[in-house]
Amino acid sequence: MTALLELRDVWAEYGPFRALFGVDLKVPPGGAVALLGANGAGKTTVARVATGLVQASAGDVAVDGIEMTNRPTYAYARAGIAHAPEGRSIFASFTVEENLTLTFRSFLGRQKVGESLEQAFELFPRLGERRSQTAGTLSGGEQRMLSLARVLVLQPRLLIADELSLGLAPIVVDEVYSTLEAIRSSGTALLIVEQHMAHALELCDDAVLLEHGKVAWQGSASDAGDVVTGRLFESAGD
Amino acid sequence: MILASSFLEDLLRSVLQGTPSGAVFALVAIGFVLTYKTSGVFNLAFGAQAYISAAMFFKARTQWNWSIPLSVLVSVFVLAPAIGVVLERFLFRHLRTASAVSKLVVTIGLSVALPALFEIFADYAPVAGRAPTGIVPEGGSVFYDPLGVYPFSRDELAAMGVILAAVIVLGAIFRFTPVGLQMRAVVESPRMTELNGIAADRVSAFAWALSSTFAGMAGVLIAPIRFNTLISTDFFNVVFVAIAAAAIGRLVSLPRALIGGIGLGWFIAVFNTFLPRWADDHTWLRPLRDNFSNSLPFVVLFAILVFWPAIRRATDVGDPLSGVDPPPAAPAATERHRLLTRFTLLFAVGFFLFVGLTVFFRADRSWVFLVTSAVVLSTVYLSITVITGFAGQISLCQGAFAAIGGFTVFQMADRFDLSVLLAALIGASIAALVGAIMSLPVLRLGGIWLAIATLAFAFFFDAVLVRMSWIGGGDTALLQGTRVPRPILGPIDFGNDKSFLALAVVVFVITSLAVIQLREGTIGRTLRAIRGSEVAAESIGISPAKARIAAFATSAFIAGLGGAMMTMHQENVNYQNNFSPVGSLFWLVLVVTLSVRTVEGAAQAGAAFSMFEPLILKGELFAWLLRAEHRLPGFFPISGKWRFILFGLGAMQFARHPEGLLEHGKRRATAGLNRRLARRDQTRLVSRSADSGGGAT
Repeated sequence: MTALLELRDVWAEYGPFRALFGVDLKVPPGGAVALLGANGAGKTTVARVATGLVQASAGDVAVDGIEMTNRPTYAYARAGIAHAPEGRSIFASFTVEENLTLTFRSFLGRQKVGESLEQAFELFPRLGERRSQTAGTLSGGEQRMLSLARVLVLQPRLLIADELSLGLAPIVVDEVYSTLEAIRSSGTALLIVEQHMAHALELCDDAVLLEHGKVAWQGSASDAGDVVTGRLFESAGD
Repeated sequence: MILASSFLEDLLRSVLQGTPSGAVFALVAIGFVLTYKTSGVFNLAFGAQAYISAAMFFKARTQWNWSIPLSVLVSVFVLAPAIGVVLERFLFRHLRTASAVSKLVVTIGLSVALPALFEIFADYAPVAGRAPTGIVPEGGSVFYDPLGVYPFSRDELAAMGVILAAVIVLGAIFRFTPVGLQMRAVVESPRMTELNGIAADRVSAFAWALSSTFAGMAGVLIAPIRFNTLISTDFFNVVFVAIAAAAIGRLVSLPRALIGGIGLGWFIAVFNTFLPRWADDHTWLRPLRDNFSNSLPFVVLFAILVFWPAIRRATDVGDPLSGVDPPPAAPAATERHRLLTRFTLLFAVGFFLFVGLTVFFRADRSWVFLVTSAVVLSTVYLSITVITGFAGQISLCQGAFAAIGGFTVFQMADRFDLSVLLAALIGASIAALVGAIMSLPVLRLGGIWLAIATLAFAFFFDAVLVRMSWIGGGDTALLQGTRVPRPILGPIDFGNDKSFLALAVVVFVITSLAVIQLREGTIGRTLRAIRGSEVAAESIGISPAKARIAAFATSAFIAGLGGAMMTMHQENVNYQNNFSPVGSLFWLVLVVTLSVRTVEGAAQAGAAFSMFEPLILKGELFAWLLRAEHRLPGFFPISGKWRFILFGLGAMQFARHPEGLLEHGKRRATAGLNRRLARRDQTRLVSRSADSGGGAT
């Protein structure tokens, strides 16, 4: 079966600093992959390469088997890949409603904007209360909710979520993961980038462990916990 | 009762009289807001874009006898958007995530390059006294006076009608169409916009086409109601006056910009109607009447920036995905191989020795004068190195600081017969004080607003302070000039050009060493920390306010010293030629385009400013290479317009290399040489290990 997203021997740099050294990764249609690794392992760069935010200097990126390397970011979005980048990825000068409208109008069309806004506010009632507030004036957690609300309502073909739980209260993290489960069961594939593994491994079928910009291990998510803990002890022993 | 009704009638008349001017300000202010809102660029080239469409319309009507609709179609709806799309594609697309200073530099470059390019390629030359025509037949000769107080021409009414329609249409685009939201999104974060499936390039091109069309329309409407002759500099000046109206719109609100523009027109008209009368009765108002009427827009602008909290609160919103960009490269000097450093030093010493000895022993008087100008200008440019290069602040009033140094020398020598060298130090200290005081109210302003505030100060200085007898010399200076003697120090008389050149070199070297010391010392490191992150710097006990005041004062001191040297060199202040506000815009562009963070950048900018015209445009260099002046090709001397075009092209190149063209060249050379040296070292290592390996076996 053709993978929905495939990275083949991908190398990437930020100026003189190389971040990826020949990474291979596959996300099948409807599948869920957890991308694990320590700080600076290259997880965020993989997510960025998979949506064209960072162009691969070598290697290929394909969506549905179609070559996408060096294509602009909007082409990835139009191919059905939604990306919730790490941190507060919002338009700070827009209101909450304008932030959501921009995304929904572009992905779902004008007719579905109202309905999608209601879904987003149902998922995060706090955002509903602040729908006319400028997004830059929201608290850190609320800004994170807004950037997640954008993508959770879309039900794209593939959702790439980078450090979902960062800045959110544990109870909100639980809610976000149950929403992810729901959209997964409706057919959306997931690539979850997380430092905190427990939630991610519960949700995903497969896991990929990155170390120093290379794939150090990949396999079933159920085995990942032991492998990662083992490697942690190994590196502590070194 | 009669008095009251006469007052009201005069008030109404002055308000109506101010409405057409207000409409002109509103057109430009709306243009500023539109471009800023849709592309994030504070477009000082708006006047140039407006001029091109107005000139094209004028040419089509008068030379080609085209009908009004066809002329409007071509000049406003074809040429103007085409220019917008070209500018976006080749310049502003690369600047989307660039700093405010980068964008400003490019628009200043465009504002001089675009009119010169148009005039050369469209074979257009302004003819004095040939008044522009408008978009309605007999626009300037048919008047309507519904209230019996003030007659409006058809052209004025047409302009006012179009402005209203434009605000409504543009407002609707922003409010009811997806592209309005998309244009704002691209300004804030093109990458986030693309993550939403929107092609940022296309949205951006549309935004530039739209704002450029508006600029073209503004040009065609403004020309007949404002100017007697179509000259690009007039458009340039109107743009500066209208910045106050754009500030009222906080660069984001179209209706406020409209109200600001009309309000500014009314305010100036009412002020100019009533102040002369009141000043007849109240003597204390006379200085205000005599000095302030020209500077009203700038006083209004400065007051808005300083006292309106909304402007102070306005902060630049950063791109949340800026982490995708590679980190800025370190200066080439810190990374180059020690061999290259030695070679560069050796070359520099050799070059300057050669040039210095040639100038001292072989050059004639005019060349000594040019080289001295270059050295003195380089000293002034070091002030830009400090404020923009080290502190990251855009100051557009360095000319005013330099002029303070120059005028102090003139006044001290003229009134008190003081030694000019001592006067130069006093002048530099006064400039430093003025710089520190001026920086106080504008410290909290961010990026582009600080640039606008310094520009307002420069124009205020130009319109008011220079005219005061105790600064610019007043009527006496107008009649006799602002003469300044050359210094005498003990037995050395610097009246001799060559000895003055030696003095200029000494002052430049001492200032350069001080600037380098400043960069490496506590102040330099503090400024670097603030540039990195103001919040982080504050958290470790650094006061950004104090550091910025120190930077402004130091920079103004250097500018004042350089200005004083320039004045002594020319034996005259020559304010208009040397220190005008528009001139200091060009200074900034030149230094920033070459290299703003290094002393070499300032020196090379000084040399370029002084030498480019005689060496390149007049063909002296070419003649020297050919060893004969009579062999010079016929196209020498090259038209002065090419200077503007080349200056603009240089500024545009800056769009691709924001570190400066010289620094870019240095980095490339350094990287190339480092690679080669690394390969050489590796080869040596390999051969050595092979040799030792061979010995073992």
